[in-house]
Amino acid sequence: MILKRKNWAWAVAFLALVAFPLVFQNPAVTSIAVFTLIFMAAATSWNLFSGYSGYIALGDGVFFGTGAYAMALVSTHMHMQGGYAMFALVPLGGILAMLVAVPVGLICLRVRRHTFVVITIAIFFVFQLAAINFGFTGGTAGIQIPSPSWSASFYNLPFYYVGLALVVVSTLLSAGIRRSRFGLQLLAIRDDEDRALGLGTKVAAVKLTGFVISAFTIGMAGGLYAFFLGQIYPQFAFDPLFDISIALMAFLGGLGTLLGPLLGALILESLQQWLTLQFSSGSLYLVFYGVLFLVVILLMPQGIVTFFGDVWAKRSRGVEEKKLGGVTVEEVVGTRRA
Amino acid sequence: VNSTALTHAVIDGILTGAVYALMATGLTLIFGVMNIINIAQGIFVILGAYLSYALSVHLGIDLFVGLLITIPTLFIVGTCVERAFIGRLKGPEKTAMSILVTYAISLIIEGTLNLVFGVNYVQLHSWYVSKSFKVFGIYLPYIYVFGFIMAVVLLGALYMMLYRTRFGASVRASLADHTAAALVGIDVRRVSTICFGIGVAVTAAGGMVYGATNAFNASTSYDLISRLLTIVVLGGLGSLGGALVAGIFMVTLEDVVSVAWSPVWSTMVFFVVLVVVLSVRPQGLFGKQSARVA
Repeated sequence: MILKRKNWAWAVAFLALVAFPLVFQNPAVTSIAVFTLIFMAAATSWNLFSGYSGYIALGDGVFFGTGAYAMALVSTHMHMQGGYAMFALVPLGGILAMLVAVPVGLICLRVRRHTFVVITIAIFFVFQLAAINFGFTGGTAGIQIPSPSWSASFYNLPFYYVGLALVVVSTLLSAGIRRSRFGLQLLAIRDDEDRALGLGTKVAAVKLTGFVISAFTIGMAGGLYAFFLGQIYPQFAFDPLFDISIALMAFLGGLGTLLGPLLGALILESLQQWLTLQFSSGSLYLVFYGVLFLVVILLMPQGIVTFFGDVWAKRSRGVEEKKLGGVTVEEVVGTRRA
Repeated sequence: VNSTALTHAVIDGILTGAVYALMATGLTLIFGVMNIINIAQGIFVILGAYLSYALSVHLGIDLFVGLLITIPTLFIVGTCVERAFIGRLKGPEKTAMSILVTYAISLIIEGTLNLVFGVNYVQLHSWYVSKSFKVFGIYLPYIYVFGFIMAVVLLGALYMMLYRTRFGASVRASLADHTAAALVGIDVRRVSTICFGIGVAVTAAGGMVYGATNAFNASTSYDLISRLLTIVVLGGLGSLGGALVAGIFMVTLEDVVSVAWSPVWSTMVFFVVLVVVLSVRPQGLFGKQSARVA
């Protein structure tokens, strides 16, 4: 019964997203919506590796940038005219990002926890500097991408639906992994990697596979992003703020949950875009964003989904069953301290 | 490439490397004691530089004398931030949460600095910033030498405090094992707050020298934090000696590459070295093996 109700909720949410640009036709609104969808896909994809395995990657901008540069370089070299055919380069960006993810993963996944976080940041900067310094990327001057000659009122629509498709793909991937044996292995690694290894999980292979899968949708998101913007510079394609943003979205919504990153990206990215429009000064916006972010983290450290999930569980089933269902975070902390 | 240029690069690297080592020591101290990564370390450096800037431009206070004000100020800022936000973090995701919380703090400070000081690049000025002297046929600005001496003095003081005082013993005990330290009666909570304060306070000194040798604005902090993190991880997270050696080594290497090859690639070498070293020694140069255990 509960499962059924859940499926209904997903279906309604999906239909609402499909109908959204038909109801709200203002290009300023749909443009915000396109960015939001791109980040929903990217955050979900980040979460399906980092959220499930506990390996907090802060260098996924590498995959985003790879997808973006794949779009820019291939379209300009093939002299494409900026029509629908350009969307075919989106999956190409995803595949190239996966290819990049293999060596990057082999290097990064040798280390754990804090060192992993820092080495992903370092590799990110290697890529950013390469994009700036190599000749074929156009350097800091960036690359102009052929843009479609669609009318202003229609322009955002194709991007919106491709973005929605990316969200669906990443959500299905994330849900599929969560329910599979592979997903359980990732969760086991998060809980206790050494024990998981001891019990026969091939941790190195599982981690690398997860890492590479997550690169796929992030690469596609990067390709779509570049096409939508119409031009890319190394600082935009390989943006350290992107790395931290998608992690933040997942944390805000609920790390390791399916709905969390979607919700987190929906709230943060649309808010961020809206705030940028509201405050002409970027600085005031930074302060506002930072304060908001701090308040949410301190009030709801487990994320919105988990927070309201707990509240909901308490109200509907009583405290007893919740305790039987699983160990709460407080209890884990309590035992670790003791 | 002539040998004078190389010597120049090495001397430059060692002199500025010591300043980076000082800032990195603050970061590694915070990590070691509290098990958190302080992303805001970069913006604290810039905050320190801007404080020195304000004191010297508006009140005409000498940069080094100004440190008597900026270091205690940042110490207080650090302890307040720790008490208000970081000390509240707990649970298995504490380290990841700390990255986000310190990042949020960094955004707030960045926005505020932009509002107060504007986004144009500024640089600190004094007679020792513009004047240089000749040694071994190389012209060195005085600020490099003064900055180096200051970094060495402060690092020396920090080491004296850590290895010769009772408080230092509690800090090292907390570094080694939180639970055990708490069990023998050390107030780990208080040690954490003070260490965070000290870790932030050293950025006032580092920031002043950084601001005198580089043009900066609030967004320069991203460049700084990525370098500082690289140094700290290369040295081994939580290793004080490692931060010192890695700081001097990395900055010197960067300067040498910049002269011998091209300044364009020198920053990249910084990160490539980290990746290569970690592939061979995952715990960093001087890190404990336990860094690998989850």
